[in-house]
Amino acid sequence: MACLLEAPLRISVLSEVTASSRHYVDRLFDPDPQKVLLGVIDMKNAVIGNNKQKANLIVLGAVPRLLYLLQQDSSGAELRTECAVVLGSLAMGTENNVKSLVDCHIIPALLQGLLSQDLKFIEACLRCLRTVFISTVTPVQLLYTDAAVIPHLMSLLSRSRRTQEYICQIFSHCCKTPDHQTILYNHGAIQNIAHLLISFSYKVQMQALKCFSVLAYENPQVSMTLVNVLVDGELLSQVFVRMMQRDKPIEMQLTAAKCLTYMCRAGAIRTDDNCIVLKTLPCLVRMCSKERLLEERVDGAETLAYLIEPDVELQRIASITDHLIAMLADYFKYPSSVSAITDIKRLDHDLKHAHELRQAAFKLYASLGANDEDIRKKIIETENMMDRIVSGLSESSIKVRLAAVRCLHSLSRSVQQLRTSFQDHAVWKPLMKLLQNAPEEVLVMASSTLCNLLLEFSPSKEPILESGAIDLLCSLTQSESPALRVNGIWALMNMAFQAEQKIKMDILRALSTEQLFRLLSDPDVNVLMKTLGLLRNLLSTRPHINQIMSSHGKQIMQAVTLILEGEHNIEVKEQTLCILANIADGTTAKDLIMINDDILQKIKYYMGHSNVKLQLAATFCISNLIWNEEDGSQERQDRLREMGFVDILHKLTQSADPSLCDRAKTAMQQYLA
Amino acid sequence: MAELGAGSLHGGELAFNYQERELNERLKRLYPAVNEEETPLPRSWSPKDKYSYIGLSQNNLRVHYKGHGAGLCRLASKVIRVASKVIMCFVFSDHAGHGKNHKDAASVRATHPIPAACGIYYFEVKIVSKGRDGYMGIGLSAQGVNMNRLPGWDKHSYGYHGDDGHSFCSSGTGQPYGPTFTTGDVIGCCVNLINNTCFYTKNGHSLGIAFTDLPPNLYPTVGLQTPGEIVDANFGQQPFVFDIEDYMSEWRAKIQGIIERFPIAERLGEWQSVLQNMVSSYLVHHGYCATATSFARATETTIQEEQTSIKNRQRIQKLVLAGRVGEAIEATQQLYPGLLEHNPNLLFMLKCRQFVEMVNGTDSEVRCFTTRSPKSQDSYPGSPSMSPRHGASNPHLHGTGADSPTCSNGVSSGKNKQSHNKFPGLSSSSSSSSSSPSSANYSESNSTDSTKSQQHSSTSNQETSDSEMEIEAEHYSNGVLENSSTRIMNGTYKHEEILQADDSSLGNGLAEEGCTPRLLCGGNQAATERMIQFGRELQGLNEQLCREYGKNATHKQMLQDAFSLLAYSDPWNCPVGQQLDPMQRESVCATLNSAILESQNLPKQPPLMLALGQATECLQLMARVRSGSCSFARVDSFLH
Repeated sequence: MACLLEAPLRISVLSEVTASSRHYVDRLFDPDPQKVLLGVIDMKNAVIGNNKQKANLIVLGAVPRLLYLLQQDSSGAELRTECAVVLGSLAMGTENNVKSLVDCHIIPALLQGLLSQDLKFIEACLRCLRTVFISTVTPVQLLYTDAAVIPHLMSLLSRSRRTQEYICQIFSHCCKTPDHQTILYNHGAIQNIAHLLISFSYKVQMQALKCFSVLAYENPQVSMTLVNVLVDGELLSQVFVRMMQRDKPIEMQLTAAKCLTYMCRAGAIRTDDNCIVLKTLPCLVRMCSKERLLEERVDGAETLAYLIEPDVELQRIASITDHLIAMLADYFKYPSSVSAITDIKRLDHDLKHAHELRQAAFKLYASLGANDEDIRKKIIETENMMDRIVSGLSESSIKVRLAAVRCLHSLSRSVQQLRTSFQDHAVWKPLMKLLQNAPEEVLVMASSTLCNLLLEFSPSKEPILESGAIDLLCSLTQSESPALRVNGIWALMNMAFQAEQKIKMDILRALSTEQLFRLLSDPDVNVLMKTLGLLRNLLSTRPHINQIMSSHGKQIMQAVTLILEGEHNIEVKEQTLCILANIADGTTAKDLIMINDDILQKIKYYMGHSNVKLQLAATFCISNLIWNEEDGSQERQDRLREMGFVDILHKLTQSADPSLCDRAKTAMQQYLA
Repeated sequence: MAELGAGSLHGGELAFNYQERELNERLKRLYPAVNEEETPLPRSWSPKDKYSYIGLSQNNLRVHYKGHGAGLCRLASKVIRVASKVIMCFVFSDHAGHGKNHKDAASVRATHPIPAACGIYYFEVKIVSKGRDGYMGIGLSAQGVNMNRLPGWDKHSYGYHGDDGHSFCSSGTGQPYGPTFTTGDVIGCCVNLINNTCFYTKNGHSLGIAFTDLPPNLYPTVGLQTPGEIVDANFGQQPFVFDIEDYMSEWRAKIQGIIERFPIAERLGEWQSVLQNMVSSYLVHHGYCATATSFARATETTIQEEQTSIKNRQRIQKLVLAGRVGEAIEATQQLYPGLLEHNPNLLFMLKCRQFVEMVNGTDSEVRCFTTRSPKSQDSYPGSPSMSPRHGASNPHLHGTGADSPTCSNGVSSGKNKQSHNKFPGLSSSSSSSSSSPSSANYSESNSTDSTKSQQHSSTSNQETSDSEMEIEAEHYSNGVLENSSTRIMNGTYKHEEILQADDSSLGNGLAEEGCTPRLLCGGNQAATERMIQFGRELQGLNEQLCREYGKNATHKQMLQDAFSLLAYSDPWNCPVGQQLDPMQRESVCATLNSAILESQNLPKQPPLMLALGQATECLQLMARVRSGSCSFARVDSFLH
């Protein structure tokens, strides 16, 4: 009701405002150029800090007129400059403003303006371009459509401190893909920008630094070039180190640390280099401290996670630096109960960053715990850690879920934790839930974690099975994504390891032999390996072998033959021979081999192979076949002797490899007994 | 001494000296605010403040565990000690010897506690050997804390232990803190005296805060417990593994940021007027007349002192700074009658300076012989002119001087005519000096009471007994007296006149000073004679002051320094040659300026300098009351 009553009043106010705005627009069309100039200047003063006014002017069509005036040489330098300033001011408003400006083709117009000789005008255009490009609604591709733009911008870098600042800022916001990096790199971005790092202007320094951070990110080519760049006789990495000094502004420290991190990850700086170990890492840890702004803490933790991810030594150092693990626990305390009470603005701020903080902390925990058992223990011992992960797994934000599952995955590499805290907190439950319905990247991590949870010693294995994991995993093996197929079959392999007969039969049934054979011809070698692993685990202990071989013997033998004949690497062949050896351990299954001349010839071939591992596996297979105490061993011995296996065994007893030698001798003893 | 002995020094000692030098340099750089005379920094472990099980070596930097006694006795004594504590179980569990219980623990403290003025203090300990069990503790303790313990176990004791990585905060039970440490590790301990916290480092990596709310005056401390444990301390002898200076720079920036962003809120206007006043008064004080006027105009403030007064002071200062002290004295006497008479010390100081400037060849007394600057001579036609007034109007300054009725110029040495060749340059010319008419010049020192009193006045003045300085008292005093007294009657110059003349002649003087070859008194014979004459007068003045006010060591020193210049063939390159540096005029100039201002009932110090002095003093006070931030709030870091 109240709303309705107020409405007319609001409209009248609005129309008043519009009227005054119209006046500004009308003046742009005055025939007297001097009056137009004054009108533009008045407009400039009217829009500063007034979003409503900006929106009005846009609606009333000021932008095309301003752009027209800006593009006319006849307008005169001053008017053109003022137009660019007003447009820049309009761009400072809401996202919608920027969108309208872009729709009016402001970018080509401004880029055209850069060809002018008038520095003031160029600066105004660049400033406006900068404001447009830093908005998320502007397609960055617009900077690259005209190939002449980047080289021209590079040439403008020498004109003034302002051009330097704006151009660097444009570059750092418009460099989003490896292609962009390459374009900028090829146009000499590094040489042109490097010396700006020691500019007298802090703003120029900062924008140049940001440029380097986006250029170096995951780009070995740029990074390798950067390490050799000298700025005023000093190596670039040393310039960055200086920028990380603790009395420098936080923004500068953080961005310099990012540059070095990216250079390190791209392989341009060794992970044991002092500038990483003693400077970058501690700097990033400091960025995680409570004293920093929430944004800085997020940035710091994510960058640190990225830096230490592949290197256990860095993980160890980070884990003892400034109580980092405990420090990260604070990331989960937003919004804090205090902020909710004290002021609403703070609460809003906290809420906005809460997700970001949590996911950053999870990421960093994941990196910290990637390799070292002691660190994992310390992480899990952090207050409420497992509870936080568990609730993180079911958060609404995908970013948080993904980070939480990454963290869980990292921690799940610990045998001890699998047996204790993982069990205590029933982490399998949310994990299984997560697997039901999640985007692929989450699925990959979650299924990978599940693989670890299904390890034979994990107490979670049972409940996971009961909750229908087999079907879920089997469906994963049919995924388009190789990573998901690997994880699915890997989890099944782990599940089948030393499992009871029923589970094995369930797996076989759920997977279906067709799918099994499809996986055996999977283009991804990892999938193939894990499938063979699954087969091998299924075919263990004699009763199981017998049963499975009696139902699926024919297909299995076919598959084995196929792989042994195919072009595969040593590991695959070895795994296959091991399967064969397992089959040879079964009672009835032995016959399947004995009647298959083809297979026997292959075994013979591999016994004489140059690779010891393959020789060993093949010999193991024969040894199983001729084992004395079994039914029919005499016949098999005779037949194999006829085929010349004894001679080969004899030769192998002379082998230089002690285990192969032993294995052959054991086999020979079967004949002697 | 050191140089002579150097040849016989062993390599080790040389290395030690080098290390000592490096230590001093590093400590100075790290802790510039520490006044080591008041609060010395720790430089080694104290051989006195340690438990007997501890052995020290390598300049008291290496600590090793030596235990008590040997072999069997060890067990016996332990049993006894333990039994006395009625902890019988130890008797049985203890047979393995040292280290099995905390009674074997032993600590050593550094020679001095950590001064608060450090702001941030840091030392490192390298584990040379973890010995049998590596029960080592590194930390801090107050004086008097039991040394038969590892740091951290008792009140006012704090430690980080290697065997379990726990921190001990005045308690027998530790808290999980950091990683364990062992042979080869370097452990650092940093005390932040600004927020009274402490953190450790391991091999250059900060481990995070270990203790908060630390008490003041803690000593670096290490404790060991089992045989074979050896640790080396680094109190700054070597570069630190951890980048402590980087940490300090953060705090320096923090504290300077607090000062710079000190909230002044609505008192902004108040602050502004205070600041304007400070600037204005500073300009006025130093006589920057034109600048002060335009500053006052721009800020719409007023200046207390009169324009002419400022200009007068400015002129006098310019004269002093140009080395023309004689003229400065004259001008002072003319413009501020009575001032110098009331400040005999100041006068003496000025005269000493004048003598030095004569040697320099810059004072007009000697310049008139060497240069043709008619203006300067015109405007100061008779430098003696002023002197009688001084003498006449002001026989006694203070009550103390009353009993010597005459401002006797006790150049008593006049009587002992031994001429040793201490000042060869002088002796030759001494005879002629008396004849120089200008000798009358500085008769003000020589009071109304004639020369007789001087002769009578005993001359116990052995220190300055340079026979060459002797004078025939008779002939310099009288003439002047008359001469000058007339002068005084007629001769009051208009300020403007003086100023005009002054400006141009000053320019001359300075220019010439730059290009004349550096010869004694400008190389002129007559000037030299005048200088020697003047020296005698100066000595006379000194003796007179001695008689009136008692001996004055400062005066004696000044005189001695000034006269010493004559002992060298090239005074500019001699051990006392520094006096000739024009820079030395500044302090004289400042003193004179302050005295003039004081006589006009104006502050003798500009408020800006006062504020600066207060700030400096305040920082020293902060150091004494243990407020560590004084270390990073250096006054000079705000002076550019």
